[in-house]
Amino acid sequence: MPFNLLVLACVAYVILLFMVAFAVERRAAAGSARWLRSPLVYTLSLSIYCTAWTFYGAVGYAARSGLEFLTIYLGPTLVFIGWWWVLRKLVRIGRQQRVTSIADLISSRYGKSNLLGVIVTVIAVVAATPYIALQLQSVTLSFEVFATAATEGWAPPDQGSTAIWVAAGLALFTILFGTRNLDANEQHTGIVTAIAVEAVVKLVALLAVGIFVVWGLAAGPADIIARINASPISDWQLQPGRWVGLTLLSAAAVMTLPRMFQVLVVENADERHLATASWAFPLYLMLMSLFVVPIAVVGLQLMPAGANPDLFVLTLPLSQGQGGLAMLAFLGGFSSATSMVIVAAIALATMVSNHIVMPVWLRLRPASAVSGDVRRIVLMARRLSIAGVLALGYAYYAVSGGSAALAAIGLISFVGVAQILPAMLGGIFWRGATKAGAALGLTLGFAVWSYALFLPSFGPDAVISARVFAEGPWGIGWLRPQALFGVQGMDPLLHALFWSLVLNATAFALGSIVTFPSPLERVQGAAFVNVFDADTTAPQGWAPGRAEPEALLVMAQRILGEEPALSLFESAARAQGKAGYLPDPTAQFIEGLELRLAGSVGAATAHAMISQLVGRATVTVEDLMAVASEAAQIKEYSTRLEAQQVEVTRTARALREANEKLTKLSVQKDAFLSQISHELRTPMTSIRAFSEIMMEGDMPQSVTAKHAGIIHDEAIRLTRLLDDLLDLSVLENGAVQLNLDLSNLSEMLDRALRAASHTRPDRTFTIERDLLAEAVFLRTDADRLVQVFINLISNARKYCDAAQPVLRISVRHKAGRVTVDFIDNGSGIANDSQALVFEKFARLTDQNRAGGAGLGLAICREVMANLGGTIAYLPGQGGAAFRVTLPLRLEKAA
Amino acid sequence: MARHVLLIEDEPNIAAAISFILSRDGWQVTTLAEGRTALARLRADRPDLLIVDLMLPGVGGLEIVQALRADPGLATLPVMMLTAKGQSRDRAAAEAAGVNLFMAKPFSNAEIVASARALVAGP
Repeated sequence: MPFNLLVLACVAYVILLFMVAFAVERRAAAGSARWLRSPLVYTLSLSIYCTAWTFYGAVGYAARSGLEFLTIYLGPTLVFIGWWWVLRKLVRIGRQQRVTSIADLISSRYGKSNLLGVIVTVIAVVAATPYIALQLQSVTLSFEVFATAATEGWAPPDQGSTAIWVAAGLALFTILFGTRNLDANEQHTGIVTAIAVEAVVKLVALLAVGIFVVWGLAAGPADIIARINASPISDWQLQPGRWVGLTLLSAAAVMTLPRMFQVLVVENADERHLATASWAFPLYLMLMSLFVVPIAVVGLQLMPAGANPDLFVLTLPLSQGQGGLAMLAFLGGFSSATSMVIVAAIALATMVSNHIVMPVWLRLRPASAVSGDVRRIVLMARRLSIAGVLALGYAYYAVSGGSAALAAIGLISFVGVAQILPAMLGGIFWRGATKAGAALGLTLGFAVWSYALFLPSFGPDAVISARVFAEGPWGIGWLRPQALFGVQGMDPLLHALFWSLVLNATAFALGSIVTFPSPLERVQGAAFVNVFDADTTAPQGWAPGRAEPEALLVMAQRILGEEPALSLFESAARAQGKAGYLPDPTAQFIEGLELRLAGSVGAATAHAMISQLVGRATVTVEDLMAVASEAAQIKEYSTRLEAQQVEVTRTARALREANEKLTKLSVQKDAFLSQISHELRTPMTSIRAFSEIMMEGDMPQSVTAKHAGIIHDEAIRLTRLLDDLLDLSVLENGAVQLNLDLSNLSEMLDRALRAASHTRPDRTFTIERDLLAEAVFLRTDADRLVQVFINLISNARKYCDAAQPVLRISVRHKAGRVTVDFIDNGSGIANDSQALVFEKFARLTDQNRAGGAGLGLAICREVMANLGGTIAYLPGQGGAAFRVTLPLRLEKAA
Repeated sequence: MARHVLLIEDEPNIAAAISFILSRDGWQVTTLAEGRTALARLRADRPDLLIVDLMLPGVGGLEIVQALRADPGLATLPVMMLTAKGQSRDRAAAEAAGVNLFMAKPFSNAEIVASARALVAGP
């Protein structure tokens, strides 16, 4: 098999994955991807548990240690069969608290502590590094197999540069797909589907090799069993200690590996998918392990002595001249490695950006939480983190020499991430667990793991000197890395696993018992432990009314993006019975907002950002009472009262708003008559005065002409006012005749801009347009719509007070509706006036009575209502902003 | 010596009309389009009469009258107020502020000239 053909196959395969991910994201964006979020895809995506280690390494493991490799599958199988107790709870908590990563889960549970987020992130990154190195190694090794088999003398690049190319390629793919969206949402439909495809590829590849071995090389199952009995593998003795230890270890890892947590909890679209995965995922694991022993046995028999058993999956078909099958096996291994690295890099990058970069950035530039572009920072942090994680993996590969057996490296990582288990299980089952206990346990476990397993893995004298191995540091015998407390003769892995977890769990339990949880920890603890109780949304103690809703909106836009933030605020306002985009900053609303932000930047950061605007949250004794289980019955009763109370409050708020509006309107009705009188009398005055002067005669011709000109202008002004009034009354009564036709939005905007340029022609205005988005045909009354546009553009020309005025017109369409935003860079409209601008004669200041009577926006509102659309003021855009929304195709009312 | 009138009116055409008819009657007319600089102007120019519109950008007519009545040097200055609103409530407020004559728009030119003369002649 030519080597470059292999490279070509890899590239083609990656492009295929790309297309899958891309197509899926397109469909998901269009809202037609329901089947993609099926239990099947969910189960397949879980298969990133089976990395290259499983794909290649399991056979090697079986060749070395017999059936022991099964423990790696047994642990997850037990966890999934028992999903009802732990996994279901994790997924429920993950969804309810919008958890973004395992670090976020721990941080959120223990009072949104960023310290814990940092500790877990560090553990995860350090533990994942050897694992990523392992994937690079497996891909490199498999390349090498093909290269040495190449007949054409095409010299393959050396191992080091293959690994670096693979690492760079994976980083690129992950960055392109994991952080492509400016939307900082943590679900990646495209990637999950691509991974499901990879899951199928690796399963098919391994099964194909297995079938070839059993029926191609051997004479069927009976022959295989005979060969197994004859092989050294059958001499294998079960070691109960290792068996139990490894099963426990893999069970812990399947829950605490950052990448597993990512697909299991963060990417979970529906809790019910777990029920399917609970039998389908063990089935997948069983199929993956079905042919491991036969391949190992036949490999040992057929391959020359000293051949690396980790590569039997590849070398067996190759040695039998089955190039195509070997290629399939190669792609299977490639799939296993790439899918693991991609998801692990995404998960780790999320943790690094949310728990390390964001907090540092917030501390350095506290003011930027409101004004800066947070999403770009987040995305940049994630991209750099992905590159960093892969660079670390490559560095480990380069330093460790990539020589150790695959299985050994994988197990080191497993023990590392298993350190998170006590804090995680304690967090979701034990209300008494505290932040101090968790921090203590995690740190101690991590330290023991590093000292007893991770650092020794580089070999004697690499990091820890051989003398320390033999005699302990400073000659202290009971501190020898592989014989802690004088326990000798234990398997090094089991030794490290035992001591790290025992010390970790003990420190965690003792620390939790000795220390007292903070109020926020208690609230979060109750929410986690009692997640299945009907109502566990505990108060977070935000003081209502402290924050400006507009400031909150601006911040939310920076993180969630403009559209999602606006629709979140709009629906919150509607739930409160308010119109517009600014809900009252009630404690409940702020809590919801915090949760939503937590879904993007993690609980700790979201909490810190909200605190900057709202002030510190104070949880009162009453709040704590409400979460104490003793108060459960009282609470149930009060919940019902509360529900009624909420209903009443909402109604009251709606009534109060209506009343306020009516009062304002009534004042305005009075003002209306007075205004009408004023607007009519003013031109009348000039007309009367100058006509009296002209009636007296004996004036020079030029003066008379000038006076007549004034009379003429004022008469026109009167007429225009009367026209506007008439127009308004027709529109208000709905008696307007619409001329519906297809018109190009771009042309309508052109017309409006031309017409509006007569308003204050002395001002040079920069207009920013999006011609591509404007190229859409609307079925509407073009003249009426242009009238609205003219009004908005001339208003901007009149009132925008920026030195270099800029008007941005942006167009969007979705779900059969078009929105056109007109946003200028002036000082905008004050909060309390925003609701009034659309009322008649509601000229806000007398500052700029630029000839209008204050009817323009009132007319616009009526026009839009007649066109089946709306016009609204858009707060928080850094200037005056109006949003026109209308249907793409207006049908005549029946 | 020509009698001096300060006219504060933001509608340029109305200001032009009043300025024209009073100048023809022998007045020296100074016009202002807004109220903010009114007091400073009054103290500097010491006119014989002030004609001020009720609705002005910035500082309104009523505020100007209240301020000048509080100023010892201007307390006795005759003031004519113009308004296009012409409601009784506005008239009462104007009289309370110390306006000597309240004139609704539109007015007749002869009326303006006669009233201006009468205000300056004094009671």
